[in-house]
Amino acid sequence: MPKITAYDLAKKQKEISVAEFFERNKHILGFGNQTRALITSVKEGVDNGLDACEEANILPDLYIEIKNHSDGDCKIIVEDNGPGIVKNQIPHVFGRLLYGSRFHAIRQSRGQQGIGISAVVLYGQLTTGKHAIITSKIEENRPAVVTELAIDTNKNRAEIISKNTVHWDKPTGTRVQVSIIADFKRGKKYVYDYLQSTSIVNPHARIIYKEPDGTEHIFERTSDVLPRKAVEIKPHPYGVELGTLIKIAKQTKARQLNSFLKTEFSSMGDRTTNTAIENAGLEKTINPKNMKREQFLALHNAFKKVKIMAPSTDCLSPIGETLIKRSLKNETHEISPEFIITASRPPSVYSGNPFQVEVGLVYGGNLPKDEPIRILRFANRVPLLYQQGGCVVTSAISSIDWRRYGLNQPSGKGIPTGPAIFLTHVSSTQIPFTSESKEAIADVIEIENEIKLAFRECARKVQHHINKKVRRVKTREKFDLITRILPEIAKKSAHILNKPVPSLDPIITKIMDVVWIEDVIEYEKIERPLVQTNLMGESTEEKKSGTITKSRILVVNYKRSSQKFNLYAIIPKDSVVGTVTPKPSKISENYIKWNLDTIPSINKVDIAFELAGLEKGDFDENDLYVENINPSYVIGADKWEGD
Amino acid sequence: MNKDYSNVLSKLDMIAAKIYDDFERTKIPYIDLPTRTKSNIKFNDKLNVWKYGANTTERSAKSLDGAYMLLRTMYMADFIKEMIKVKKSSTLREMYYISEGWDLAKFHSQNESNLLAEDLEVITECLREDFKLRPEEDGARVIGNITIEEMTRNNTKKKIHCQDDVGDSGYSIPYNVEPEKLTIKGIDADFIIAIETGGMFDRLVENEFDTSNRSILVHLKGQPARSTRRFIKRISAEKNLPVLVFTDCDPWSYRIFASLAYGAIKTAHISEYLATPSSQYLGVTPSDIENYDLPTDVLTKEDINALKSELTDPRFQDSFWKEEIKLQLKLGKKSEQQALAKYGLDYVTDTYLPEKLAEMGITKK
Repeated sequence: MPKITAYDLAKKQKEISVAEFFERNKHILGFGNQTRALITSVKEGVDNGLDACEEANILPDLYIEIKNHSDGDCKIIVEDNGPGIVKNQIPHVFGRLLYGSRFHAIRQSRGQQGIGISAVVLYGQLTTGKHAIITSKIEENRPAVVTELAIDTNKNRAEIISKNTVHWDKPTGTRVQVSIIADFKRGKKYVYDYLQSTSIVNPHARIIYKEPDGTEHIFERTSDVLPRKAVEIKPHPYGVELGTLIKIAKQTKARQLNSFLKTEFSSMGDRTTNTAIENAGLEKTINPKNMKREQFLALHNAFKKVKIMAPSTDCLSPIGETLIKRSLKNETHEISPEFIITASRPPSVYSGNPFQVEVGLVYGGNLPKDEPIRILRFANRVPLLYQQGGCVVTSAISSIDWRRYGLNQPSGKGIPTGPAIFLTHVSSTQIPFTSESKEAIADVIEIENEIKLAFRECARKVQHHINKKVRRVKTREKFDLITRILPEIAKKSAHILNKPVPSLDPIITKIMDVVWIEDVIEYEKIERPLVQTNLMGESTEEKKSGTITKSRILVVNYKRSSQKFNLYAIIPKDSVVGTVTPKPSKISENYIKWNLDTIPSINKVDIAFELAGLEKGDFDENDLYVENINPSYVIGADKWEGD
Repeated sequence: MNKDYSNVLSKLDMIAAKIYDDFERTKIPYIDLPTRTKSNIKFNDKLNVWKYGANTTERSAKSLDGAYMLLRTMYMADFIKEMIKVKKSSTLREMYYISEGWDLAKFHSQNESNLLAEDLEVITECLREDFKLRPEEDGARVIGNITIEEMTRNNTKKKIHCQDDVGDSGYSIPYNVEPEKLTIKGIDADFIIAIETGGMFDRLVENEFDTSNRSILVHLKGQPARSTRRFIKRISAEKNLPVLVFTDCDPWSYRIFASLAYGAIKTAHISEYLATPSSQYLGVTPSDIENYDLPTDVLTKEDINALKSELTDPRFQDSFWKEEIKLQLKLGKKSEQQALAKYGLDYVTDTYLPEKLAEMGITKK
């Protein structure tokens, strides 16, 4: 056997081309089979479109079309009304892997690795040999640029095949057309589900989807407000790795360790910085560029020992309970669910990365009763379609005992069975995915806990809702009894005996023996001008209908004695309070409070308030609380537990 | 003949007065009445029948259901008073339809209105007939050497001999068999046979069992109507004739026998009017299935449940019924009266009945 030298081996060592890397790792990237490839391609296009629109403050209008041939060649078109892409950047965005503007930024965004859309272009090229066609228009009065491009897989660079200008009706936008080999027949349902799910967590987007047979699905916009823009933040010391720390130190303009920490990291004030430096046993005047590995290690360890404030959460852009509820209501309209309940957790942090959990629960209606509940998972407004079993969302849901909330769950563990849809949205600057295909969120204990807390809160609300409903039915019966049946009995017995009808009041208080609170919510449409800002910075005035939510509350004292107490009505945080009668004693961000005057027995009080800034159905149930009265005397409101 | 209804009227007023007084005394109105279930029937040694026990059910306006019941009771009492006043009567079904106009008090099924009519009997200790309410149809039939005098609708008395004056379908029992309507003028027979099915009744008629065996044949038409039971009780009492009950061999037929002999659970408040305690069960018994090798059907799940329920029914606690029911459960089979035709059309009259009657000591071999 001849001896093999390092020189011999060196001859075989070479750079692996991007194409080869892709070919070998396509399953990790979401192109494992022809169904997955289809969905990943649509997803990357849609993610890009939504991100582009949001960055430019434009309400997204997306158009997706798929045309398939019997030989498996699938043409995918994704069109957005975003700002477009300047023509010099087109080859980089679509023809280079690992190229993007978001890779280095620390804030919430859909794509992160920049592998997305160019991977789709490459996959198309590898499977069909066809080129991608990109149309982009960046200004209203200029023509659109059409670029046909391929990827030179050896150089990881785009190769422009042709470039033209055309007329395009859109003011601005981008249109991507890629041909890939895909299995549309199998993927059909997933594409629909993906787009529907996307629409749920992106209520500000309008999505039109045209299937190969011409069927058009429209997922309407349910909110005219763009999500809050996520602010870029500096890395938090808890989340930074040693290597990154060294890298930042090499690039910093700061000349002293203390100013380095204060300027390059978030949450580092004077005191925290000094404590960390002391803890690491370093001098605060040392130049970070001259620090040795051991010193960095000491600093890195000190970060973990020192209490550092959580990073600012401006970098997150949660959807909000009202919008989640509205979206779910819109998308589950045909199911006519019994109720939709949402819960939102305050922002939290794992390894220095801020994150926030929001959940929603749809229950009842036409949902199948004997199938496992449907779990909808979202990360940074992107639906996660695969690997449900390996996702922290699933394990968090499975660890809660759902049996007492009317769902089936043998032994109180695992995915429950019942007519319900569970939605979870995790937003974070850094979603800890289990793999590059970004299908499942890893088992991070902090995230799991937050999801559990959110669902527990939801479950409590469900319980509350069910109890309330049961009590309402009972009360309604009693109300029927005293207002309709009892007077009839009295009348009839008097008639048989030829006597005057006896008085009922004492018996009514005896049977009811409660303070009874009933409420109704009505919506009134109003015309109001709405100012909408478009891409060019101009503002157009558009007539658009708005809704006033009117809540009326009736309090009747069916106790034998007079009653005096305080009443609280919970209102959504994003609403504006209009007329309130009688005069409330307090209006806070999330409640209205009345100190009610003494109500004599068998007397009633009418209460009303108006809310603006909500769509019809956003506020569809009053949440009422009482204070300074034994809560067991009251039906229709619970005990006020404080703010 | 004009019946005196003053007692009925004052009883009805008493119910209204009870409710009215409750209102006056600011009490939640309620009415107590005996619980009408299997668990609350007790054997009355004096009357020799099953009557309701001491358990009572409260119908209170505290609950929605209770309040509805009270309201309906008021409406029904008022309606009955009105009928008495204008000298009309109605069928139970007519009353059910009349309740359509009772607004909140209207019934949702005829069963509801029938049950309430029975409740009213229980509360007032009156009979349905006192309320001018009658069942839809009876028409159970009688053939035998018995003469009946009926008060017809135009107030004339008419004598009917239940062999000579009737056709093969026999004399049809009217819904009212009380003395003001029906009197027994003469009986010449040794026993009464009460028969479940029309087919078997007709077989016995065709084979002239009434004359050959000096018997009165009564067709029960399934679960016998009140008037049929009352009629059997009256003719049996008249000459102290034994009553033999001849039915199919299944749990439902045993209940027919029980209601005839011991009183029905639903009408236990008037068992002493309706039941004939001296009735005996002739057959077909589960033992007959074995002894006569009769054609059978398999017991259904409902049959088995009914048999098991009878094992806990206080009326079936004697050794005869316990053994027969257990035997049937063991066999897992049931049979019909007409299965006897396996041995020919005359077998039932020539062999089966004579054998059984002799066995029971009714006739001598």
